[in-house]
Amino acid sequence: MFDQAESFVTPDGRTIGAVMMEMKNITLRFGGVVAIKDISFDVREGEIRAIIGPNGAGKSSMLNVISGFYHPQEGEVWYKGARRPEMKPFEVARQGIARTFQNIALFEGMSVLDNVMTGRLNHMKTGILSQAIWYGKAEREETENRAVVERVIDFLEIQHIRKTPVSRLPYGLKKRVELARALAADPKLLLLDEPMAGMNVEEKEDMSRFILDVNDEFGTTIVLIEHDMGVVMDLSDRVVVMDYGKKIGDGPPDEVRNNQAVIDAYLGVAHD
Amino acid sequence: MTATDSADLVSIPALLARNAREFGDKAAYREKEFGIWQSWTWVQAVEQVEALALGLLSLGAEKGDHVAIAGRNRPYLYWAMLAAQSIGAVPVPIYQDAVGDEIAYVLDHCNARFIVAGDQEQVDKILDIRDSLKNLQTIIYLDPRGLRKYDHGMLKQYQNLQEEGRAARGQLGDELAKRQASQGYDDTCVMLYTSGTTGRPKGVVLSNRNVIETSKNSSQFDELGPGEEVLAYLPMAWVGDYTFSMGQALWTGFCVNCPESAETMMTDLREIGPTYYFAPPRVFENQLTNVMIRMEDASRLKKWMFEKAMAHAKRVGPALLSGTSIGFMDRVKYFLGDIFIYGPLKNTLGLSRVRIGYTAGEAIGPELFDFYRSLGINLKQLYGQTEATVYVTIQPDGEVRADTVGVPAPGVEVRIGDNGEIYYRSPGVFVEYYNNPESTASTKDAEGWVATGDAGFFEEDTGHLRIIDRAKDVGKMADGRLFAPKYVENKLKFYPNILEAVVFGNGRDYCTAFVNIDLNAVGNWAERNNIAYGGYQELSQHPQVLDMIQAHIEETNQSIAQDPMLSGCQVSRFLVLHKELDADDGEMTRTRKVRRRTVEDKFDDLIAGLYGGAAFVETTTEVTYEDGRKGSISAKLELRDAAIAAEQQLAAQ
Repeated sequence: MFDQAESFVTPDGRTIGAVMMEMKNITLRFGGVVAIKDISFDVREGEIRAIIGPNGAGKSSMLNVISGFYHPQEGEVWYKGARRPEMKPFEVARQGIARTFQNIALFEGMSVLDNVMTGRLNHMKTGILSQAIWYGKAEREETENRAVVERVIDFLEIQHIRKTPVSRLPYGLKKRVELARALAADPKLLLLDEPMAGMNVEEKEDMSRFILDVNDEFGTTIVLIEHDMGVVMDLSDRVVVMDYGKKIGDGPPDEVRNNQAVIDAYLGVAHD
Repeated sequence: MTATDSADLVSIPALLARNAREFGDKAAYREKEFGIWQSWTWVQAVEQVEALALGLLSLGAEKGDHVAIAGRNRPYLYWAMLAAQSIGAVPVPIYQDAVGDEIAYVLDHCNARFIVAGDQEQVDKILDIRDSLKNLQTIIYLDPRGLRKYDHGMLKQYQNLQEEGRAARGQLGDELAKRQASQGYDDTCVMLYTSGTTGRPKGVVLSNRNVIETSKNSSQFDELGPGEEVLAYLPMAWVGDYTFSMGQALWTGFCVNCPESAETMMTDLREIGPTYYFAPPRVFENQLTNVMIRMEDASRLKKWMFEKAMAHAKRVGPALLSGTSIGFMDRVKYFLGDIFIYGPLKNTLGLSRVRIGYTAGEAIGPELFDFYRSLGINLKQLYGQTEATVYVTIQPDGEVRADTVGVPAPGVEVRIGDNGEIYYRSPGVFVEYYNNPESTASTKDAEGWVATGDAGFFEEDTGHLRIIDRAKDVGKMADGRLFAPKYVENKLKFYPNILEAVVFGNGRDYCTAFVNIDLNAVGNWAERNNIAYGGYQELSQHPQVLDMIQAHIEETNQSIAQDPMLSGCQVSRFLVLHKELDADDGEMTRTRKVRRRTVEDKFDDLIAGLYGGAAFVETTTEVTYEDGRKGSISAKLELRDAAIAAEQQLAAQ
C-alpha cells in the first residue's frame, strides 16, 4: 500500500505524503569495516519511520549519514526530489533536518531555556556584534525566537525547569530538553537516536506521547532508532530492520514482526 | 472599599458589569503562559465572558442547566463559570484530579448538560463515561492539543464556541441581557460538591446572597481593596477558591493570577508576590521543609546567621506582629535580622508583600505557624465549611494563636451543642444539598442552624473557638476515657518526618497508630546519613527510620500526658505503612483528609496485628495508578511498642 498512492490517510487519520527522503544503495566503510552495506529505503512526508536492529547493526551510522556527519563511499541521498551533494552537518541542519543524540549532548552548564534557544541559531541572522549590543534588529530577532522556544517549552511541558541548569536535571528530563532543542529548529525531518534508552516505563510513555504529538501537531516527519520493540511497533508507520550493516526487513510493523529474518536476528541464530 | 455599594449588586453578572464600569482598564485576570504573564482587563474579561455566554445560548442552554467545569486554574475556566452564571445556568466546578467513577457520580447527580474541560486528559475521562451521562450534550474543551483527531460530534473548542457566540450577538444579545437582568438575590449562584470524607459527595447549593454577603463581610473584615493580588492555585472545585477567586475578587475588584502549571506554582508565587494569600498547612510545611533542606547545605556563616536571626525572631517576632511592645534593643536586632535574613527569606518564599495570609482546612503545627509569623508574615487561621460559604470563625489581627480558630466571623452566630458539637447560623448558610432533602434536613434545622460535625469549645477568657475533633470520631476507650484521634494525629503530623498518621483505639484498651513518612524529609535525612534505600517501601521499614518515628511518638505521648482529659490517647503500638495513603486508592479525599473507615477496613490485618501483639505482619495491598489501572504491593511490616508516659505526671502533681 505504500508504493502505489502518492499520498494516503492512515487508519488513525494522519495524512502520509510523498517520498521526502530516499537513501539509494548506501554503503559506508570505516577502513576495512563495512558499517552499512548497500541499503536503500525511503522516508515519506509526515510518517514515523523506525530503524531497528541488534547492537552494532549500523543504525546510528545510518542516522549519521542522513544528518551529514558521515559521507557514504557509495550510494546517493535524495532529499526533497534532488540528489544531495556531500554536505557539512550544519548545512544539512539548514535544510530542515534536526536530531537528538544517543548520549545526551546538551550544554550542561547552561539553563534549559538557553539550551533550547541554541536550536534557533540557524534562524538568527544578526551578527555577534549587534547581538552583544542587543539593540534594534537583534532585540526583535531574539524576541521572535524566544516566542518560538516558549511554544516548544509549553508543548513539552518543561516550564518548571526553564531556568534550571541542565546538569541538575534527571536523565529523563534531559532527553526531553534535547527533543525541545531539536524541535526549536522547526525541522521538517526529525532524527531521534534512541529517544527512550534508559528510561522507566512511565518516562517511556510520556516520551511516546510527545513523539506522537509532535508528529500530529506540527506534521513533522520523524526517523527514530529504538531498541524497545513494543514502543517501535506502537509508534511507527514503517520499520527498517538492520543486522550486520544489511537491511533484512522493511515494511509496516505487523509485517516486520512476522518476518523470519527479523525474528532470527533478534533471537539470535548462528552466523557464518 | 473604593467600589460603590449598591442595592443592584444582587448577582455575579451584576458585579462583573460593575467592575467593567468602575475598574475598566485595571488588570482583572493574569495567567503565565509561554513564559510571560498575559493579562486581561475587566473590560476584556467581560468581552470574553459574553462571547462564551452567547456561544452557550447558541447551543440552547437553558436557565437552571448545570455546566460542569474541570481543569486547572485558568482565567478561561473562571470565565466559563461567569458565562454560565450570565445565562442563568449553574456552574459546577469539579476536582480536576478526580478519577472516572467520582466524576461519573457528580456529573450524573447534577445531570450536567455542558462540560467545560481544560485539556485532553479531562476530555478522555469524560468520554470514557459518556454512556452513563444521559443529559450530556456538548463537551467544550480549552486546549486543543491531541484532540484534533477526536470525533467532534460532541466536542467543541472553547475559542470556536466564542466565535460562534460573537457572530450570533445580533440574534441572541437581547436574550443574554434579559437573562442577566432577571437574576435575583436568592437564585442559585454555584453548586460545589463536598469532598465526601464520609460517603458520597453532596452537591452544596449556594445562592447569590450566600456568596455576595459572605464576600462583602469578609472583605470588610480584612479591608480587602481592588489593589490586592491573589494567586489562584487551589482546586477550583473547593469553596475557598470560589470565595477568594470569584466572590471576593468580583466584590472588591482585585486581580486573580493563575500559575503556568502546578509545578511552577512556587516560581509564579515569587513573581506575583500576592498581598492576600491562602494555603493549607501542607503548603506552608512544604515551603518550610524546602528552606530547611537548603539551609542544611548552606555555608557555616550563613547557617550561623540564619540560626541567630531565627532564634531572635522566634522570641520577639510574633509579639511584634501582634502589636505588643518590645524592648529597644530587641527592635534594633529584629530590624537587622529583617535586612539580612527575614526580608530575603520572605522574598524567596514569595511572601514579601503578603498583608493577610490564611491557613485552614486542618490544624497547623505551632512551630510551623510561629515560624511564618516570626518572619513578620501576618498568617492567621480561619475555620469554615462549604456549607457556610467558607467562614464560620476567623482570627482578627492581633488575636492570632496556633491552637484556636478565632472568633465568629462577621454576621455568623456560633453555639455549642450539648454533645460538644459546633453549630452556626449566617447569611452564608447554604440553600440545600442538591436533590437530597434528607441530608439537608439532618444538617440544617428549621431556624437555619447548621451542624458542623466538629466538636469544640469556646475558651472562657478569650472567646476563641477551639476544635477538638470530628464529633463522630470522638469516642470512648474501653475504660471510659475520652478518645480523640485527630488530636493525636495532628500532634504527630507536626513532625516534618511524618506526613500522615491514623490513630485507632475506640472501644479498645489502648491506642495504636499507622504512620506515613514524608519521603522528602526522610529521604533527605537518609541521604545525609548515608542510608541507602531502593524506594518508599524500603525506606519506610528501615530500622533507623522506625527508631526515629518511635522517638517522635514517645515525645508526643509525653505531651499528651500533660492533658488529663486526653491522656488515654497515648499511642502504645505503631507501624509505618509501606505505601502513602492516596486519594486514588480511596484512602483519602481529594482535599487530602483521611477516610478513617476505608483505612480501617482495608488494613484490618494490620490493625489485628497491632492489637494481637505480633512483631511482624506480612501484607498485600491493592493500589490504583493514576491512569486507573490496578496493581498490588506486598510488604513485611515491623510492629513496635512505644513507651507510655501516662499517669505519673498526674501522680506527681
